[in-house]
Amino acid sequence: MEAIFENATPNLSRLRPITGIKVEITGQPAASGCETEGGEGKASCGTSDGPDDMSPEVWEKVKNHPCYSEEAHHHYARMHVAVAPACNIQCNYCNRKYDCSNESRPGVVSQKLTPDQAVKKVIAVASEIPQMTVLGIAGPGDALASPDKTFETFRQLQEQAPDIKLCLSTNGLMLPDYVDEIAKYNVDHVTITINMIDAEVGEKIYPWIFYNHKRYYGREAAQILTDRQMLGLEMLTARGILTKINSVLIPGVNDKHLYEVNRAVKSRGAFLHNIMPLISEAEHGTVYGLTGQRGPSAQELKDVQDACMGGANLMRHCRQCRADAVGLLGEDRSDEFTLDQIEQMDVVYDLEKRRAYQETVEAERQAQHNAKHDALAAHAGADDGMKVLVAVATTGGGKVNEHFGHATEFQIFELTAASAMFVGHRRVDLYCQGGEGAEELLPSVVTAINDCHAVLVAKIGACPRDELKAAGIEPVDAYAHEFIEKAALTWFADYRSRVASGETFHIQRGDASIRQGAFMAA
Amino acid sequence: MAYKIVGSQCTGCSACEPECPNDAIYEKNGVFFIKPDKCTECIGHFDEAQCVAACPVDLTCIIDTAYPRYQAA
Repeated sequence: MEAIFENATPNLSRLRPITGIKVEITGQPAASGCETEGGEGKASCGTSDGPDDMSPEVWEKVKNHPCYSEEAHHHYARMHVAVAPACNIQCNYCNRKYDCSNESRPGVVSQKLTPDQAVKKVIAVASEIPQMTVLGIAGPGDALASPDKTFETFRQLQEQAPDIKLCLSTNGLMLPDYVDEIAKYNVDHVTITINMIDAEVGEKIYPWIFYNHKRYYGREAAQILTDRQMLGLEMLTARGILTKINSVLIPGVNDKHLYEVNRAVKSRGAFLHNIMPLISEAEHGTVYGLTGQRGPSAQELKDVQDACMGGANLMRHCRQCRADAVGLLGEDRSDEFTLDQIEQMDVVYDLEKRRAYQETVEAERQAQHNAKHDALAAHAGADDGMKVLVAVATTGGGKVNEHFGHATEFQIFELTAASAMFVGHRRVDLYCQGGEGAEELLPSVVTAINDCHAVLVAKIGACPRDELKAAGIEPVDAYAHEFIEKAALTWFADYRSRVASGETFHIQRGDASIRQGAFMAA
Repeated sequence: MAYKIVGSQCTGCSACEPECPNDAIYEKNGVFFIKPDKCTECIGHFDEAQCVAACPVDLTCIIDTAYPRYQAA
């Protein structure tokens, strides 16, 4: 962890809030510094003191929440504790006998925790990882189907670790009954999974719900669920509790419908909308897996996400992590914190030490943010409508600093001459294992980034370089260790000049596939 | 008769436990069991057996034919 501070020049007096939700940024020095992206897109001011469309109170709540802020997720960590395994609805993408891939439920190897065990674990992790700022109860199951366990965990944590933000994730069925209690424990973020607002769509997703001591089926079940979800969302908004909506994109079932969902949740005050791809494989044993319901391709996912921009803020950095994950998004350190290990730890919860550490993290983040914008200001050109995607291998810090063969995921940026916008990430199987590039794994990397014109890496071996070229993806290692936006825009300027001179022929790329399976650390 | 929980089917999720009107359900080693002498099949309480209705895995909570049918008092 020390390494990230090497280049930091902390100057705490100059700390200021920074845009966290959107990364569409512009750097044209002569302009006002703001830009409107797309037809319905919102203005995003990269160099402003705070996001345009966010009140200071809201900003205070989200700025160091990795699941809510695209930028914060590089710097702050979260953990989930599995204290509430029961669920009260059945989803066709979930099989309780196995991992629930879409709702990120932990598998059979994971430990279910009692509230006491969970609190002990949180305190231990927070002492060891001072940038751990967020604790979520997100399953397996529904946090509000086991309200006693969920709220007992929150009650203890509020006493023992008051600086940790508490959040919970729910299907919303029981939400209206517990909004007051959620407010009582200062839970300031709630995630509701909303896949439909129309029971006709809902009956294709939810075979049944268990509500008021009775099982309801089909359309009746879906109607109750959507009514309760909307009521719960409105009640949370009325109390000033931030709400994120998760939606699973199920091609042919709710892909067209998600735009309506987006408008419905935005009008009821949802703060962020996270549209995730269905993960569906026969071996998961889910209804969708067994009936051959496929998940979306990368392009299908992006199309729906793009269509929903301008509704609720759209989240694109979700890693669909497991519910017992520990650490930064995209990493999982849960193996270091098993119950046995926690028993042997000598834990002292030092609030002051955590605060001081987080200040340094914030300073580093600010330095990185400023550098990024300076780089953009210097390198952006005039937008001529040409748009491409590039994949970037990074270990964090906003730089192109990962070896191609070591990457387990690529960040995807959409480039115009004037802007570089983060639009998502693609997980891949580790190409380089034990120093040897595994030939058979390269095709899976190619399919994961097949819609990209280039892949920016710190370094790449000769073999994958040739293979990528053959697949029409340009391997680029000329911008190693530079800021991603600067590297991407410089490459794109070069690419465009090559196209202009006839050296390179610009063609549209095809679609890419989304890797199946919940995120697990490599 | 009483209901019983098929151990190999039980995921240990605990959805059934708080729903039982008779406190007949308990956990042991990560899976749940029903005390047959306490189970009333929810007769007199609810229209359907709550453990069956709440359980996410089909054919997990089933009638245990080793016991006589419950007679409401």
